[in-house]
Amino acid sequence: MAYVAIADRDHEADHHDPTTFITKYIWSQDHKVIAIQYGITALFVGMVALILSGMMRLQLGFPDEFSFITPIDYYQFITMHGMIMVIFLLTALFLGGFGNYLIPLMIGSRDMVFPYMNMVSFWVYLVSVIVLLASFFVPGGPTGAGWTLYPPQAILPGTPGTDWGIVLMLGSLALFIVAFTMGGLNYVTTILQARARGMTMMRLPLSLWGIFMATILGLLAFPALFVSAVMMTLDKVAGTSFFMPAVMSMGQNLDHEGGSPILFQHLFWFFGHPEVYIVALPAFGLVSDLLSTHARKAIFGYRMMVWAILAIGGLSFVVWAHHMYVSGMNPYFGFFFATTTLIIAVPTAIKVYNWVLTLWRGDIHLTVPMLFAIGFIFTFTHGGLTGIFLGNVVVDLPLSDTYFVVAHFHMVMGVSPILVVFGSIYHWYPKITGRMFNETLGKWHFWLTFFGTYAIYLPMHYLGFLGVPRRYFAMGNTEFMPESAHTLNSAITISALFVGVVQLLFLYNIIVSLWKGKKAGPNPWKATTLEWQTPDTPPKHGNWGHELPEVHRWAYDYSVPGYHDDFIPQNVPADAAPATSDDGSST
Amino acid sequence: MTLTLVFLGIIMATIIAWLVRQTVNTQPWDAADPVENQPGRGIINIDPKKLGLYSFIAVITSLFALFASAYLMRMKLGDWRPLPEPNLLWLNSAVLVLASFAFQLARNAVARGQLLTVKTGLLAGGVCTLLFLVGQLVAWQQLDAGGYFITGNPANSFFYLLTALHGLHLIGGMWVWGRTTMRVLTGADVESVRLSVELCTVYWHYLLLVWIGLFGLLLST
Repeated sequence: MAYVAIADRDHEADHHDPTTFITKYIWSQDHKVIAIQYGITALFVGMVALILSGMMRLQLGFPDEFSFITPIDYYQFITMHGMIMVIFLLTALFLGGFGNYLIPLMIGSRDMVFPYMNMVSFWVYLVSVIVLLASFFVPGGPTGAGWTLYPPQAILPGTPGTDWGIVLMLGSLALFIVAFTMGGLNYVTTILQARARGMTMMRLPLSLWGIFMATILGLLAFPALFVSAVMMTLDKVAGTSFFMPAVMSMGQNLDHEGGSPILFQHLFWFFGHPEVYIVALPAFGLVSDLLSTHARKAIFGYRMMVWAILAIGGLSFVVWAHHMYVSGMNPYFGFFFATTTLIIAVPTAIKVYNWVLTLWRGDIHLTVPMLFAIGFIFTFTHGGLTGIFLGNVVVDLPLSDTYFVVAHFHMVMGVSPILVVFGSIYHWYPKITGRMFNETLGKWHFWLTFFGTYAIYLPMHYLGFLGVPRRYFAMGNTEFMPESAHTLNSAITISALFVGVVQLLFLYNIIVSLWKGKKAGPNPWKATTLEWQTPDTPPKHGNWGHELPEVHRWAYDYSVPGYHDDFIPQNVPADAAPATSDDGSST
Repeated sequence: MTLTLVFLGIIMATIIAWLVRQTVNTQPWDAADPVENQPGRGIINIDPKKLGLYSFIAVITSLFALFASAYLMRMKLGDWRPLPEPNLLWLNSAVLVLASFAFQLARNAVARGQLLTVKTGLLAGGVCTLLFLVGQLVAWQQLDAGGYFITGNPANSFFYLLTALHGLHLIGGMWVWGRTTMRVLTGADVESVRLSVELCTVYWHYLLLVWIGLFGLLLST
């Protein structure tokens, strides 16, 4: 029996429209609702992590001023801030949020291929978040082992939260991985099998290429975190010695013997480095579409952009040990991993050049999404360049435990993806809600966030050069730290608190605009991709009304010579581009 | 980590080679109308559920490869004392082979529309799998009675962990098996369970392969 593609048997499909409030908005199998559920949950935990970072900065900028922040609290804040931001905010928001919303709409399908599993994915994610946050309320509080959870300290007394916190953390991660796997299988299968007629792989918008490759990385790399979480749980709960060496703790010899903490580090970073690209690749993809749309110009080097995504994905599995230079390793290994790390800069640099060349002689509209996209090019280049420093073993060794590293990874995988998150939320807000946000507030949000984050992280590079160590609760009266370093630390704290407060502008804007924003119309940015061509805005269940769209061109037909409009949507036939169209919708 | 890298290298190379084949020799900027009834290039000619299962198998492969890597790395450290695998494991393996065989029988029958053989195959497959799981528990008891506790030595810990993990995957499969078998027994039409039977068969064959790999690893060390 020959297989018939999903797009070709759409007429036989039975579209069960949800009828009750519960099936529509809570136990929903609609990818758009699930995307919003993912998005709201992720932004909520992100706010928690933001508040935690503010508390950490208070302590660092003004040590001894705040008696309610103890060293124990500080390490718990660090750990939870890192883990939430990397996994529960960024991974969940890019793949569960944007992936869910954009994949079916951009490929012209009615939903994911496994809607039920998609729904379960969100609910398991929610449970993982609840388990994680529950650790704030158990005896001993959350774990303070640092987001890397290195054994043996992660499960030994002396580290905060070794009774309950660490177990909840590991359990929460395992649940998250289950949720992600269910979602990820959906994203991959949907992109491969549910594309509309004419939507070849090479006509996919780059957003989807980024999400697609990131999902593949996630599916293959998250098992490494799962393995390490399971084995560490057994070390903690059952008393095995996978990672635990013979240790004397609090004057007592423990039963563990012979385990290898380095083994944990290998497993952890085997997940941990691809994780950087699980966050970065969707950001690369989304920002490419923002730049192209708002510069009214085809993305420069589309094929090269796709191959760069593939190359980065492949290489990301062979660079993990550059996180472990200070753990000690054979110099030949160090050389190997330094080389692969530097090689990965090549496809990444190709992407940066292509973004800049997309802007070159484009018809740049400095809309809010565009500002965030351009801001991303700055912060990402900045963070990427310091990565080249740290990729070299000899440079990494002295800098590894200093604020230089904090500055590096916050620029490259903190600020940069977050700018893309903001840009993308502003960009797709009119489609998701049907209303425009407040442009002025959005611009204030951008400029204050952009300069504010530079005020935080640029000085941190200098602190790193001075040798100011990261992870310390308080610096004390250390001789090598001049008075100016303390002043700088206070200034950083003030900037950080300021940037944190500025995010209220964003929240206010997206919430109030739900009611107060003016109607957006179907395609306010005059974009070409399919999600802007839906019959309804916001799209209804099933997305496309009676007929699925057919795709006749790629996603980047902007400013095509000889046409009246400066964009041609993907579903416009090759020989029938509209002569005029004023409302932005296609004919 | 060499083992994992080899596995992941093969998986990634397959994915990337396939994607590159989709993307070379195309001029994405050329607009062209789709050929009538021609889905987008790169749609794989199998049911999405099968593709979903194959992707899931890639995920589990990554998981077991990582466990095997951890096993081999941990083994090199000084305190490793191999444990004697109970002979019962050979019997269990044979039972699992039978289960796979029964599923293959059901699969062949479902293609030919022979309901009775489908029923027999599914029931036999399920019973053999249950026997295998019980056999694994008995093997655990034998080890436990012999003083090989989970905390005694990393070799023991890995033995319990890997067998448990493999068993859990089988139990997950038993859930789908249970639903399919119920439908067959309550008079569902053969064609309507065809896909489920095929998916179960692939999954059981795969878990048999995983078990052979694990058993080989346990025996050889």
